[in-house]
Amino acid sequence: MSASSAFNDEKGGSSNVGEPEYGHDPASGGIFSSDYKRHDDLKEMLDSNKDSLKLEAMKRIVAMIARGKNASDLFPAVVKNVACKNIEVKKLVYVYLVRYAEEQQDLALLSISTFQRGLKDPNQLIRASALRVLSSIRVTIIVPIMMLAIKEAASDMSPYVRKTAAHAIPKLYSLDPEQKDCLIEVIEKLLADKTTLVAGSVVMAFEEVCPERIDLIHKNYRKLCNLLIDVEEWGQVVIINMLTRYARTQFLNPNMNESLLEEGGGEKAFYGSDNDDDTDDEEDKEEKEKKKTEATAIVKRKPYVMDPDHRLLLRNTKPLLQSRNAAVVMAVAQLYFHLAPKAEVGVIAKALVRLMRSHSEVQYVVLQNVATMSIKRRGMFEPYLKSFYIRSTDPTQIKVLKLEVLTNLANETNISTILREFQTYIKSNDKDFVAATIQAIGRCATNIGEVRDTCLNGLVQLLSNRDELVVAESVVVIKKLLQMQPEQHSDIIKHMAKLTDNIQVPMARASILWLIGEYCEHVPKIAPDVLRKMAKTFTNEEDIVKLQIINLAAKLYLTNSKQTKLLTQYVLNLAKYDQNYDIRDRARFIRQLIVPTDKSGALSKYAKKLFLALKPAPVLESPFKDRDHFQLGSLSHLLNAKAGGYQVLPDWPEAAPDPSVRNVEVPEWTKCSSREKRKEKKADKPFYSDSEGESGPTESADSASDTASGSESGSGSEESGSGSESEESNEESESASEEDEEEEGKKKKKNVEKIKARKPVPESESEPSSGEEVKKSEKKSKPRIGSSESESEEDDDSESESSESEEESEEESEEETKKKKKTTASKPPSKPPKKENKKEKKEMSLLDFDDFDPAPSPSQVTPLNNFLSSSLVTDLEGLSLTDNVLSPTTIVPSGNLKTYELLHRITGEGLSVEYCFSRQPFSPDLHMVAVKIQFTNSATSEAKSLHVEDAKLQSGMRIKEFPEIEVLPAGETVSVVMGIDFCDSTQAANFQLCTHTRKFFVSIQPPVGELMMPIFMTENEFKKEQETLLQSLGQLMGMNEITEKLTLEEKCQGEHAVVQRVTTAANLSRVPCGSDKECSPPVPPPPFPIHRFAGKTVTSGSLVLVSVVTKEDGAAQLTVNCEKMVIGTMLVKDILQALTQ
Amino acid sequence: MINSLFLINPSGEIFLEKHWKSVVSRSVCDYFLEAKEKALEPEDVPPVIHTPHHYLISIYRDKLFFLSVIQTEVPPLFVIEFLHRVAEMIQDYFGECSETVVKDHMVMVYELLEEMLDNGFPLATESNVLKEMIRPPTILRSVVNTLTGTSNVGDTFPTGQLSTIPWRRAGVRYTNNEAYFDVVEEIDAILDQSGTTVFAEIQGVVEACVKLSGMPDLTLSFMNPRLLDDVSFHPCVRYKLWESERVLSFIPPDGNFTLMTYHVNAQNLVAIPVYVKQSISFFECGSDGRLDVTVGPKQTMGKTVEGVMVTVHLPKTILSINLTATQGSYTYDNGTKLLVWDIGKLNPQKLPNLRGSLSLQAGAPKPEENPSLNIDLNIQQLAISGLKVNRLDMFGEKYKPFKGVKYITKAGKFQVRT
Repeated sequence: MSASSAFNDEKGGSSNVGEPEYGHDPASGGIFSSDYKRHDDLKEMLDSNKDSLKLEAMKRIVAMIARGKNASDLFPAVVKNVACKNIEVKKLVYVYLVRYAEEQQDLALLSISTFQRGLKDPNQLIRASALRVLSSIRVTIIVPIMMLAIKEAASDMSPYVRKTAAHAIPKLYSLDPEQKDCLIEVIEKLLADKTTLVAGSVVMAFEEVCPERIDLIHKNYRKLCNLLIDVEEWGQVVIINMLTRYARTQFLNPNMNESLLEEGGGEKAFYGSDNDDDTDDEEDKEEKEKKKTEATAIVKRKPYVMDPDHRLLLRNTKPLLQSRNAAVVMAVAQLYFHLAPKAEVGVIAKALVRLMRSHSEVQYVVLQNVATMSIKRRGMFEPYLKSFYIRSTDPTQIKVLKLEVLTNLANETNISTILREFQTYIKSNDKDFVAATIQAIGRCATNIGEVRDTCLNGLVQLLSNRDELVVAESVVVIKKLLQMQPEQHSDIIKHMAKLTDNIQVPMARASILWLIGEYCEHVPKIAPDVLRKMAKTFTNEEDIVKLQIINLAAKLYLTNSKQTKLLTQYVLNLAKYDQNYDIRDRARFIRQLIVPTDKSGALSKYAKKLFLALKPAPVLESPFKDRDHFQLGSLSHLLNAKAGGYQVLPDWPEAAPDPSVRNVEVPEWTKCSSREKRKEKKADKPFYSDSEGESGPTESADSASDTASGSESGSGSEESGSGSESEESNEESESASEEDEEEEGKKKKKNVEKIKARKPVPESESEPSSGEEVKKSEKKSKPRIGSSESESEEDDDSESESSESEEESEEESEEETKKKKKTTASKPPSKPPKKENKKEKKEMSLLDFDDFDPAPSPSQVTPLNNFLSSSLVTDLEGLSLTDNVLSPTTIVPSGNLKTYELLHRITGEGLSVEYCFSRQPFSPDLHMVAVKIQFTNSATSEAKSLHVEDAKLQSGMRIKEFPEIEVLPAGETVSVVMGIDFCDSTQAANFQLCTHTRKFFVSIQPPVGELMMPIFMTENEFKKEQETLLQSLGQLMGMNEITEKLTLEEKCQGEHAVVQRVTTAANLSRVPCGSDKECSPPVPPPPFPIHRFAGKTVTSGSLVLVSVVTKEDGAAQLTVNCEKMVIGTMLVKDILQALTQ
Repeated sequence: MINSLFLINPSGEIFLEKHWKSVVSRSVCDYFLEAKEKALEPEDVPPVIHTPHHYLISIYRDKLFFLSVIQTEVPPLFVIEFLHRVAEMIQDYFGECSETVVKDHMVMVYELLEEMLDNGFPLATESNVLKEMIRPPTILRSVVNTLTGTSNVGDTFPTGQLSTIPWRRAGVRYTNNEAYFDVVEEIDAILDQSGTTVFAEIQGVVEACVKLSGMPDLTLSFMNPRLLDDVSFHPCVRYKLWESERVLSFIPPDGNFTLMTYHVNAQNLVAIPVYVKQSISFFECGSDGRLDVTVGPKQTMGKTVEGVMVTVHLPKTILSINLTATQGSYTYDNGTKLLVWDIGKLNPQKLPNLRGSLSLQAGAPKPEENPSLNIDLNIQQLAISGLKVNRLDMFGEKYKPFKGVKYITKAGKFQVRT
């Protein structure tokens, strides 16, 4: 019975059939007659063992929920079905659960185990949906379970599950804000995710949970920029908005110089934020001139160079202006408005104008933003003036906004067209709109002097309009205009005086009275008469009019007391007994002031000055002025009030913070190991953690320094880190660093002392886990120990012993803290006062070790500028590298670096040596290949003075040895980097590896793929290069182009696989395909996808171009172009092997 | 993000509510209803309303209000765009978006809403993905559902969500493989009393209906892409290729979708296909006026102008009208004062004319503004800008698809001031 009625509902579905079923009509429940048992039939259906009945019941229940009816009393019956096999029933049960769990917390717990089981399901979609529902149940008791589930899901194999985890984060956060720290850790982890699926969701979680932790973005910034175009549209909006804020904290104002100039220029000081020159006074001019010259001087001194990361953001967001999604377009537009150089902002205008054709709500929001933008950047929208013309069919709110924009865009050249348009609008039937138009005319008149009279005349004509509202509005506007030049317009004032008989709108009457009072000297005859009339009607006037009557009376009394004395007295007497206390007060006050009595105080002498002082003309300005301090496109901007959760758009920094924080390097020894210690198994990078596991002593050494910097903890550590920066401070400004040190105070000294205290035991000190720390400590310790060949610092080392030690400590702690900042989630973000320090750091950062620790230069003389340039190169390299790393297809996992054995444990008598090609540029000499060598001492005794000797090299080959390793304790591992110039050949480099007791003959033979380094080029460049290569040497085809056909295996056919295999085989970089989309869809774009890779040989820099064309059924063609035939041939062989293995 | 959604009909009844976070009482809608009362037209309701604890962002579409409740800062366009997607989704699923349709498919709409947002953040908004999870109703399916007791919830999982091309579902099969493209251009114009063009521009859109099996990769090129000044694309279009080669290269979604919208270069003068001679006058003393409107073809590129329609919002003070049309028929609604003259095809030999008298309410003043005329028209087989599709190529699949391109010109917001 109940089932059949339910069918009716589903099929017929009309509300009038469905409605009574939910219990209003007791009869519909069949046998159930009492109202409170109304859901019994549903319960029965849910308890039945037929899925169709259950489904039916659930549908009716969900329909009740959808209608907003309470179905909570069914909870026990529904929750039983949570484990139902039928997927449809299950889904509906989930819907119910999520809706009512909050109200029935205890019962909801019954369902948890089902979800927990679901979390372990092999199907990723089931895992995801279990997590989704689990996290949507707002029951506080299960917070720990949720936390655990989220953590687990965050490292799930499936990106979809990880996305769901990202979605769950804000849910948990809103349920229990206490979990913030844990959640930030998860966010940090997910931010590092490289899939587009996760990116949008995790940034959204970031924005909801910890938008202030901008430091978490550094490492992911470039990746986010590069992924952006492939992220789904909603994610794009969130990411772009967040990156806008990020960029405001990290980069310099691209309009800095212009704004300085313009501010000085005396032109409407639009771009200065703290300008004080709203009135363009003559006296200011000189000052401004001065400012201007100063500004130009500054400009000359510091030419602005845009940070490449800033550029990257602008470049990668621009295509999104073409999105179909209005929110994305708006997000990009606001990003450009806030971040782009003035000259480039224009591109957004077209896209915004396009949005104007969209739905009226979209228009409304876009127009609000355009109104704000058009104040600052008028030129941008001027070409589109006509797109803002108003149609009679537009809704009023749109009309008013368009009017606003038109007014903002008005200038000398287009004012006539605009006024003509306005004339049409004034005739409109929509009176609110007409009023707005009159206001707009008023504003145009004040802003553009040339048309002031025209406008005024036009407005005066409106005074004879039949509609009172129009007249009233005109009066108000005319009043404002007249204030600017009253002398010339006494006839208008007279005209308006006549209007007092007709106009009834209080505001207009008040305006007229004020005008007559203010300029009573220009209309000496009329004014007393007006007052006479007003005195007559005083009692019937509105309050504002009464106040103005009193005002008028007072002014007339002061100027023309003969004629108006009595009238004034009369008005004041009337006012004395008015109902409104304001008016009574005003009357009393004025009487005291103007009517001289013996009691009247000193003020009455100044009555005239008080009342008839020259009043400044009102400034008619747009209500949208200065609204851009809110981030455009935001809700807060729209409301012109801070909405909850709004993140303030920061001002540009004075000096850019350290850009190197965004460098993402292929992780290596130092970083990883120390990070791991810090984060305790956070990231599992097997390669490094292995080595770490063996190195007990290192850890202790490190942890010692850890505690040192740890003792300063939080705030102190950062300061000490930024205080002075090794060599830089020496040669640049000692004083500066010293000042800093003073500031940092005791904490730091303590630290120094600690380190000093540790000094006497150099063994423990000088064996850090990283090659680079070796280098550092060596650099520092050698002079002290007195070993003579410390070439490292001779040039510039002139500091005293103590400061040196300080330096060292700082270096270390610097590094430590840096990492800490990047990795430790719970640390508070750096606070503004510390930025000062940071800035200093920024300049020095070029020398920062973090920058080029891939290729630590062993103890050799390196002139400083070389240092600098090389690190710059590294920086740039890092940029293109990240490009590779980030584009989803070209990930070269660090684990792929193949390690080769140099010395076996047994032959080496306990010393085993491995090497790998780190693929980092070797900064001391870019023509060398960087080889990372890892020593592991598995013997029982320590190995001493490990170094290279007696290199037997082929002609032309060169070698840059690593610095001697003084001691390698038992069980320890250390790695160093050496550079070898293989002269673009695969000949082995033979040399001797010496310990204090023995010498081992070893040789390093590079695979051909390591003899090159990646270069970045676009597809077009690639094609061009390929052609020129062919032409220049191409008389003998086949000399420099080698083509091989091959068949790819099944598992290797994917784009990703191909790219990965090629880049593993050879150190090349992927040439981005012509279309960004091509990177993502797995389907081959027409005709067949070509994967291109580019590189150049390390020594001679000859180009190496590789392209792989894949066709159907795994057929593929490999083409290698290289000037060096031998290299080309070998490379073909290697890549072939890699692809077909 | 988005906290709750309420669907409200024009009379103020809330007939569906969905909450993605904690439940927000529907009393919050009172603020909105209040604003709605104040507004003269439904379009005049402010899209964003600030209440003490919430922000209400609403759209008015298809005679329904979609009202969303927001608690914290979120880009308003984000919400508005999403609400429009909801409306489009309903339209896509049930053929139209109206109160009855939503009430008929309450559960399904609710389920769709559940899938579209997670915790207020959009999760699956691509119609192809949604349709994989919840199948749209067809007559056949509803019969089967009735008989078997199953419903439209997809039993497969939405694999589309996992793919990098979420807009296309996998495993599409058709016996007839066809791809149709409609190039629709709209003329937006404002003409003044004398017939001179105050403002005119052409906006175009390429609508596609692609029913191709497998994973086709299409390339569409134009003869004269230089005409296009500003474009926006469906996410499937590869922007870089457009930038470099001016071709549209894409893996299409399955079914109907909007491939691109464009704006024609402003330098090109816009051909106005019709002219309108009109005179509307009210007599100062008497309580009546005259109306005389003639429409004729102007620059039609040799094509016939069809579906011509003139819409006039007459002043509120009009009491009654008495008109005669030489061609077509007119309707007049005295309540809304809306005069619609449906002309049909334009015959250059015999120009259609509508004339007659208007009578005003007694004593009412003469209206200051003459009502403006809104013109509708369409011209088949013509893209007024001259845009032409050059060719359409398909890669990635072996069959030969049937391809078709159609051009239409329409009047967009075409207004004649009088």
